[in-house]
Formats: sequence, structure tokens, C-alpha cells
Amino acid sequence: MSEEQKSTKTRRIVPIGPYHPLQEEPEFFKLIVEGETVVDMEINIGYNHRGHEFISPELTYDQIPFLVERICGICSNSHPLACVLAIEDCAGIEPPPRANYIRSIIHELERIHSHLLWVGLGGHFIGYNTVWMWAWKYREHVLQVFEMITGNRNHYAANKPGGVRRDISKEQVPQVLAALDLAEEKTKLLTNAVLDDPVILGRLANVGILTKADAIAYSTVGPTSRGSGVPWDVRKDDPHAAYAEVPWDRVVFEEGDVLAKAKVRLLETFESIKIVRGCLENLPDGPIEARIEEIPPGEGIGHTEAPRGEVFHYIRSDGSNRPLRHKVRAPSFMNIASNVVAVRGGSIADAALTLAAVDPCYCCTERMAAFEDGRLKYTWNDLLKLSWQKTERLREKLK
Amino acid sequence: MSRLGLWGLKKSPWVYHVAAASCNNCDIEILELLTPRYDVERFGVVLVGSPRHADALLVTGVINRKSLPRVMEVYEQAAKPCLVIGVGTCTCSNHMFKNSYNAVGPYDKHLPMHAFVPGCPPKPEAMILGVVKALSKL
Amino acid sequence: MREAEAGLRELIPEADVFEHNKRRLYIRIPREKITQAAKFLHQERGMRLSICTGIDTREGFEVLYHFSEDKTGTMYTLKVLAPKDDPKIESLASWFPSCDWIEREMSELLGIDFPGHPNMRPLLTSDTDWDKGKYPLRRDHERRAEEHED
Repeated sequence: MSEEQKSTKTRRIVPIGPYHPLQEEPEFFKLIVEGETVVDMEINIGYNHRGHEFISPELTYDQIPFLVERICGICSNSHPLACVLAIEDCAGIEPPPRANYIRSIIHELERIHSHLLWVGLGGHFIGYNTVWMWAWKYREHVLQVFEMITGNRNHYAANKPGGVRRDISKEQVPQVLAALDLAEEKTKLLTNAVLDDPVILGRLANVGILTKADAIAYSTVGPTSRGSGVPWDVRKDDPHAAYAEVPWDRVVFEEGDVLAKAKVRLLETFESIKIVRGCLENLPDGPIEARIEEIPPGEGIGHTEAPRGEVFHYIRSDGSNRPLRHKVRAPSFMNIASNVVAVRGGSIADAALTLAAVDPCYCCTERMAAFEDGRLKYTWNDLLKLSWQKTERLREKLK
Repeated sequence: MSRLGLWGLKKSPWVYHVAAASCNNCDIEILELLTPRYDVERFGVVLVGSPRHADALLVTGVINRKSLPRVMEVYEQAAKPCLVIGVGTCTCSNHMFKNSYNAVGPYDKHLPMHAFVPGCPPKPEAMILGVVKALSKL
Repeated sequence: MREAEAGLRELIPEADVFEHNKRRLYIRIPREKITQAAKFLHQERGMRLSICTGIDTREGFEVLYHFSEDKTGTMYTLKVLAPKDDPKIESLASWFPSCDWIEREMSELLGIDFPGHPNMRPLLTSDTDWDKGKYPLRRDHERRAEEHED
């Protein structure tokens, strides 16, 4: 037994996952707690590892956007966009202006639906199912727009190297604008309701604080870093698509707690609505794709701001129609690692919120193992046996 | 299966959602089923937090090496009889990941499957239809 | 010339800078200098590590450290080459937590060793029947046949 363990109170381990109610994806968090306080955490990932970087070199450049689209169903425009930006960077192609505008429109619509989704799930995690139902109801308007302009609710298949696959017709523009008006009105209602609620404020403020120094050391991206006062936003810093041509502002908050992240997300939704409107009003005429003769040997980097942060793609080409190496970095790869510092010192119930994918429901002893003095005390089977014995005793009593 | 068990299973199926190396899209669409637009609780379908309470497992994604033992464990914990419904093309055929070193699916190699709902992702209406069809086969 | 580029050239005279375009710089440096260069870019120039890429090339294992300077939107990529018979690169994770996961990932998928890493366990393939000697992102890793089974 180490000195550290002797000197402190009993440390216990609370495993969360890999399958846990309300977690959409399998991830395994091992919270090391002292009483109610979380002192450390270990993260175990890999339950979703499918080997995209291995499959990608087998496919041609035209096929790869379809593959990377399936990395994540919520950011299913960000990955193809970053990927085609990398291919275009390698080949030195400029997509035509209309394609750039359409890319921005679809990308921002995706941000609206993703942020609303997060707000809904966040409400669900603190036990406010009304927020969940509201946010997801209003998100439906955006999904309907997607179905209209791209043909699918989730995987849009919008990007291809050199441009976009589908045009937005003149008749669709007023319909999209109408849906945006509706979404804006409802999101305003939701934002005011969420940010005015004293219970939600009490639950989110000063919880899971990620300091600015930690945000920089862990290289966090997206709303996670912008909630900690780090203003990185690829759309402004390295403008691509039509982001330099329409007016919008970045949203930055200094506090670093869960509330700041929620505020960033809610207010960014309005910026996204602004961008989509600006793009639709100034949509230039012309072709929607540039012709690509060949991809020369070389390398290219494409990055874009997904709803969760910077998506990074690197392509190395040897001059053939397949890449030699394709590196993908999703924003959560950086952000999840920073949970380790954000969660430390908080209580278990807040840890759940900080991880934002976990419900503070510990009656489900699902995969629980209790540790005492660093030794395994109960395994899951022991707990099960104890539970059986208790049932037996009760039965005896009731006889 | 006893008539009583069948009757209990068919009236109000409780579902548990298992994501094994999926892209999250089918999972989001499954949650979408619960929200006001589709609202499957009208039909008595409830998403439950533990496989022990479940009548049906909705599985998504390509199984990978790390999630396979966990999925099997979840299936073993589920109370039998239990329907297993695969949501999404990945569950039927491994989709684009058939050449991956880490994909060990499709699901019918490992679990007794009752229905598949193809699509990437399937529309929520299709998922409802899939559950209904699987129930009507009983 | 950019300030960071000038500083890097001064720090590491043998650095070979290739400018792909205005916002993409590739800088080849000897592998012993990686800590020095990364410390300069991150701590002095305030850059963010986007990610590292490990590539199995004919010459050896190439590791690319993509740093993003968000003030100017420029990507600085440091390129380091490790020979195949000695795939070792000094770990940055002890002072730079951003490198923690990606070094673990490169070590399990490519078999590059990072001496000095505080917690070198497999990241994605732990608790599986993974064959430790097989590295899927290496060029010699076998690929499944194209046709369907059955």
C-alpha cells in the first residue's frame, strides 16, 4: 500500500460505463473518489475504434468523404469538409464561390442542430426533461431543412473534392429562411428559459471548472476552450468556405465552468443563424464544383470548426488516386482528455454533469466494483450474490 | 414461449439501447424517437436504463474487438425472452468497415437477431416499423 | 519571414523549411531537437498542438507534429524521422499533456517507442485479444481480401 493511500480517507473507485444509461456511446470512466469528492479519473476509450485511418488508403479520393462522414453522425458535415479542404490544399484547387457558400450554410445548420442537441442532453442529465424535449423538438425544424436541401436527415453527403454535390435551388431559399425564423424564435425562448432558471444556474455555475492554463496545456478546442477564455475559432483564424465574407462574431466566456460552455453553445446558435442568413442572402451564381485533373504528390492539411471544436485532417498523396496516409483528429480527442482536470475536486453528482454524458444515477450498480484500501472488495458477482441473499432472506420472512 | 410471456412482451416493449462502435447517428435517431415529433411512449415503448429491465435490445454499429465482450455481457444480462433488433446498415453487413482490422461484426455472427433495420441512418419511422414487425412475428 | 519561423531557424540551424503555401509550413528537424522545437513553439510562441501524425514511409517512421498558430491561422508542421531499426522519439507528454493520448495511439498502431512517456499503456486496444506484435498502420500489415466472406 502506498503512503498516499494510508494517509487519506478510504478511496473507492466508481466505474461508469462502458454501457451506461444515457451515454450514447460506450466510454469507460473510472472515477476515484474519497467520500463524495472525486480525486482522480481514468478514461478508457476504444469502444468505438473502427480503423478509419486504415480503411481510408484503400479508397479513392471521391469515396473518402463518404467514409469520414461516418466517423460521427452529429458532426457529419465537419469531417468531409475538413477532408476535402485537405485534398484541395494538397492539389491547390479553389472551389467556386457558390460551393463555398453552400458549404458554410450546411456547416452552420449542422452547428445549430448539434448545439440544440447538446443543450437538450445537458438538461436531461440534470433531470430537466422538459429542456430535453423542447430542445429536440425545435431541432426537428433544422433536420427538416436538411432533408429538403440534402436529401437526408443526418448524413448529408454535401462535400466533394472541388465543390459540393447538390445545389440549393431558388425555390428552397425562402423555405430555409422561414424555417430559420422559426428556429430562431424558439431558440430564443429556450435560451431565455434556460438562462433565467435559478435551479439550472445553481446546478451549472462553478461546476467542473477548466482553467485557461489547463485549456491551453491540453490544447482543447471549440466551445470547451471558448468557455475558458481561449478565443480559438478556426472559422475566424483560418477562414475557409464563406466565413470571411459574412458578418458574425465569436462567442467567448471567461469562467470555464459548465455554465460558460452552455452559454457559448446557446449564443453560438444565434451566430450560426446569422451566418446562414447572410450566406443565403448573398448566395452567388455560378458552378458548384471545380474540375480536378489530378492530385499531385504532396501533402495537405484541412481543418474546420466542427460544433465541438477543430476537426483536423491530413492527407499525404503519392500522385495516385488514393492517399498514402490520411490522419483524422476529432475535437473530442483533445477535449475528453481535459476532463481529467475539470472533474477533480468536484462531487460525484457534478462529475456526471462535467462529463456531460453520464447520468447521476448510482442505483444501477451495473458494472460496479468497490475498492477498499486499494484491494478489490466486491466484484460484480459478489454484489449480485449479496443481492440474491437479501432477496432470499426477504422471501423467508414473508413466508 | 409461454402465452403469458408473449402477451407481456408484445403490449409494451421496453427497450435498451446498445451502441457498439457506431457513429452515433443511429443512437441519436433512437433518442429522437422519444422526443415530441415521434414520441413512441404513446405506444408504450420506453427506453430503460438497464438491460435487466428490457424486452428488446436495440443494437447499433459495427461491433469491434473491445466492445464485443461487453455487448455479449449486456445480452446475457437481459431478461429472456428478449428481442434483438439491429438498427442501421452497419449491424447488417459491417457497412464500409468490412475491411477494418477492428470490426468483428456483423451482429448475426454473435447474437440471435430478430430484425434488421437498414439505412444510414434509418429514418425514425423505419425504426418504429422494424420494432413493430419484429413484435408481430412472435 | 514569419517571426516563429525566424526564431525556429535561429534555434535549430539545420531546420529545413518548406512552404507549401502562405498558411502551411513544413519544417524538417533532426529527431533529437523535437523537445527543443516543441517547447519553443508551444511555450514561447503560444501555439496549440493540433495533433501528431505517424507515417510509415520507406525511409523510416515519420512523425509530424502539427502546431497551429491561431493568431495568424498558420499551421507549422514539424517533421521528425526515426529509422526503422530504432523507432524511438523522445516523449513530450511529461510536460505537454496534449501529447499524452496521441503518443499512446502511435505507439500501439505504429509501434513507435516514446521513451519518457509517463503512462505508456495501449489507448484503443487495451483489454482485448490484440496481438501485441501487429501494428495495423504499418505498410506490411496484411489487408483483408476484397470479396465478402461466405
